[in-house]
Amino acid sequence: MNTNSHNIAHHRDDFGSKMGMWLFLFTELILFGGLFIMYMVYRVEYSEQFHLAAKELNLALGTINTLILLTSSLTMVLSIVAIGRGSKKISILYLIATILLALGFMVIKGFEWGAKFSHGIYPGGAELANLSNGEVIFFGMYFVMTGLHALHVLIGVVILSFMLVFLLRDKINKDNYIKLEAGGLYWHLVDLIWIYLFPLFYLLH
Amino acid sequence: MSNSVSTTIKSFYEYEGKHKGILGWILSTDHKRIGLLYLWSMVGFFLVGVFLGFLMRLEMLSMGPTIMGPQMYNAAFTLHGIIMIFLFIVPGIPAAFGNFLLPIMIGAEDVQFPRLNLLSWWLYVTGGLFAIVSLFLSGGPIDTGWTFYVPYSIRTSTQVILPLIAAFILGFSSILTGINFITTVHRMRAKGMTFFKLPLFVWALYATGWIQIIGTPVIGITILLVIVERVFSVGLFDPALGGDPILFQHLFWIYSHPAVYIMILPAMGVVSEIIPTFARKHIFGYKAIAFSSLAIAFIGTLVWGHHMFTSGMSDTARWVYSFLTYIVALPSAIKVFNWVATMYKGSIRMSAPFAFVMAFIVLFSIGGLTGLILGSVATNVHVHDTYFVVAHFHFVMFGGTGFIFFAALHYWFPKMFGKMYNEKIAMTAVGILTVGFLMLYFTMFILGYEGMPRRYYDYLPQFQFLHIFATVGSWVLISGLLLMFWNLLYALKKGSPAKANPWNGMTLEWMTSSPPPFENFNYHPEIKFGPYEYEHYDEAVKDEYK
Repeated sequence: MNTNSHNIAHHRDDFGSKMGMWLFLFTELILFGGLFIMYMVYRVEYSEQFHLAAKELNLALGTINTLILLTSSLTMVLSIVAIGRGSKKISILYLIATILLALGFMVIKGFEWGAKFSHGIYPGGAELANLSNGEVIFFGMYFVMTGLHALHVLIGVVILSFMLVFLLRDKINKDNYIKLEAGGLYWHLVDLIWIYLFPLFYLLH
Repeated sequence: MSNSVSTTIKSFYEYEGKHKGILGWILSTDHKRIGLLYLWSMVGFFLVGVFLGFLMRLEMLSMGPTIMGPQMYNAAFTLHGIIMIFLFIVPGIPAAFGNFLLPIMIGAEDVQFPRLNLLSWWLYVTGGLFAIVSLFLSGGPIDTGWTFYVPYSIRTSTQVILPLIAAFILGFSSILTGINFITTVHRMRAKGMTFFKLPLFVWALYATGWIQIIGTPVIGITILLVIVERVFSVGLFDPALGGDPILFQHLFWIYSHPAVYIMILPAMGVVSEIIPTFARKHIFGYKAIAFSSLAIAFIGTLVWGHHMFTSGMSDTARWVYSFLTYIVALPSAIKVFNWVATMYKGSIRMSAPFAFVMAFIVLFSIGGLTGLILGSVATNVHVHDTYFVVAHFHFVMFGGTGFIFFAALHYWFPKMFGKMYNEKIAMTAVGILTVGFLMLYFTMFILGYEGMPRRYYDYLPQFQFLHIFATVGSWVLISGLLLMFWNLLYALKKGSPAKANPWNGMTLEWMTSSPPPFENFNYHPEIKFGPYEYEHYDEAVKDEYK
C-alpha cells in the first residue's frame, strides 16, 4: 500500500490487505447489528402488529430482488476468478453484469418504496398515521433498515465502478487483483445483509 | 554520551517527499508526521475544551447568573464534553503517540495502510471543523449534553444534526485507526518480535483497536438514527409513535462505556512503558498486564447497563450489570498492583514522566475505587447525576488518561522533537497540576455526596464555599497546564539536542536516532530480548544507543 518509491524493499501484503477488509466488514456487521437488536426488541414488543404490517409488503418484488442480489454475488465471484485466470475481457463483462444487477435491485427497490409512498405509508404520511404504534414502528424499521442497505448498495456500485476503471487501465491484473477481491468482499457483505433483511420483513407473517 | 549517529542521519523532518512545505505535512503518509498532525490538532482542541471548563467554573463562583445564563451553561458543558471526549481523549494517545510510536516499537517502517492513516486524520479534522461550524448555524450551540439523550435531542431547537454528523465522522476515523493498528501489529512485526516480546504499549493499542472496531459502529448507527428521527420523525425513539427512548440509552452506552476503555487502555500501556524504564527493572507480570488489557476490552463491552440504573431496568438486569462492573475492575486492579510491584526493589530515577505516573496511580486509584461506589446499585441511586459522577469521571479520564497523555508527551518528547525540556520546570508543573486537580475535582466528590446535581448553572447557599474552592482549584490547574505547555514550547525552540536514548530504555523507539529517520531505522531491527529485560541491557542495546 505504501506508495513511496525510495525503498524497494516494500513488499505487497495481500493477506494483510484482506485482513484489513475483513475487519472493516466486521464493523459493518456491527453497524447493522444495532438495527437488528432494535428489530428484535420491537418484534417482541409488537409481535402481532409486525405480523399484520408484514403482509403489506410486496413478496414478489422482494423475492425477485433477493434473486438479483444472489446472482450478482455469483457474477462478482466469476469476475474475480476470470481475472485470476488472466481473462481480462470476461472479468470486465462479469463486473459490468454485477453493477447492472445492483442497479436493477435499486430500480425495483425504488418501485417498492414508491408504491408505499403513494399509499401514504411513509414517516408522517396520512395512511401511516391511522395505523397502530406497532405498525408505525414496523414501517419505520423497514424504511431505515432497507434504506441503509440501499445506501450500501449504492456505495457498492461506486466501489465496483472504480474497480471497473482499474481493470480497464490494467491496475488490476492477473498478478495483482487484491483490490477486486476486497471490492468483492464488500459486495458479498451487502448481499449477506439482504439475506437477513428479506425473511425478517417479507417472510415472517 | 552524545549520539554521533543522529547527526549524520537525516531525520524525518528533513526528508523530502513528493510535497513541500505545509503540503508535505497534510498530505504525508509518514506515520510520524500524521502522529504529529494529530498531536498538534489535539492540543488545540484540548485548550478550547479547557477554556470552556474554565468558563463553567467561573459561572459557579457565585450563585445565580455570574457570567452566563442557563442556556449558555447548557451549551458550555455540552461542548466541553463533545470536544474533550470525541476530539481529545478518545483519539488522544492512540492517534498521536500510537501513530508515531507503534510502527517504530515493532520495528516496522510504517503502518499497514499509510494512506488510510492519512484519511483518518483528514476525517478527524473534518469532524472537528463540523463541530465548531455547528456553533454558528441556525439554532445555536447544541445543548443536549455529550450523551445526546432522546427525546430531548430530537425536540431541542438548537443545532443538533451537524454535531451528530461530526461525531459520526470522528467515529469513522477512529474505526479506520483501529483497523490499521490491528493489521499492523499482526503483519508488520520485525524479525524476532513475537507477540510476547511486544512492548506493553503496543499490547494496549492492540486491545484498544479491538474495542474501537467492536464498539464504534454501534454509536455510528445510534447517531444516524437520531439524525433520521430529527429529519423524518420515523418514531423509532419517540414514545408517542411507539418508540422506546430507553433503547437509545442502551445503544448509546453499548458504545460509550467501552469507549472509556478506548480512552484509558492506551494510557495504561504508556504507564507500563514508563515504569520499567525509570525503575530499571523488568515489568512485574508482563503476561498478566497484556492479558488484562484484552480482558478489559472484552468484559468492558458487557457492562454498559450501569449507566442506566435509574433509567428503568429490571432488578435482575441491575444486579447483573452491577456484578459485571465489579468484575471489570479486576483487570484494572491487576495492572495497578503490577506497576507498584515493578517499582519494588527497582533502581528508581525520578523525572517528569515518572512523576506524572506517580500522580496517575494515586488519582486513577481514587477514580477507580469511587467507580465501585457508582457500580453498586444502592449507592449509585444516591449519587446518580450528581457532582460525584463528574468527579469520578474526571479522576479516571483527566487524572488517568489526561495525566498520562502529558506523561507520554514528556517521555517521548526527546524522541519526537529531538530536544530536551527543562526538567525542574516540568516537575514543578506536575506538582501544581496535581494540587489544582485535587482542589477542583476532589471537592466535587464532597459536593456530589452532599447532593449537588450536575449540569446546573446555579446552586443552593450551602454549596457556596465548596464551589468557590473548586473554582480556585481550576485556576491552579490551568496555571499548571500553562507552565507545562510553555516549558515544552520553549524546549521546542531553545532546548538542547536530545540523545537517541535519553532514558536508557530498551524498547525499539530508543534504538534509532532522535528524531527518527524516514522509515524509522537505518538497519533491519532484529529482536532477541523482551522489551524490559534490563539484565540483558548491555547485550541488547548497541553502543551508539546507550
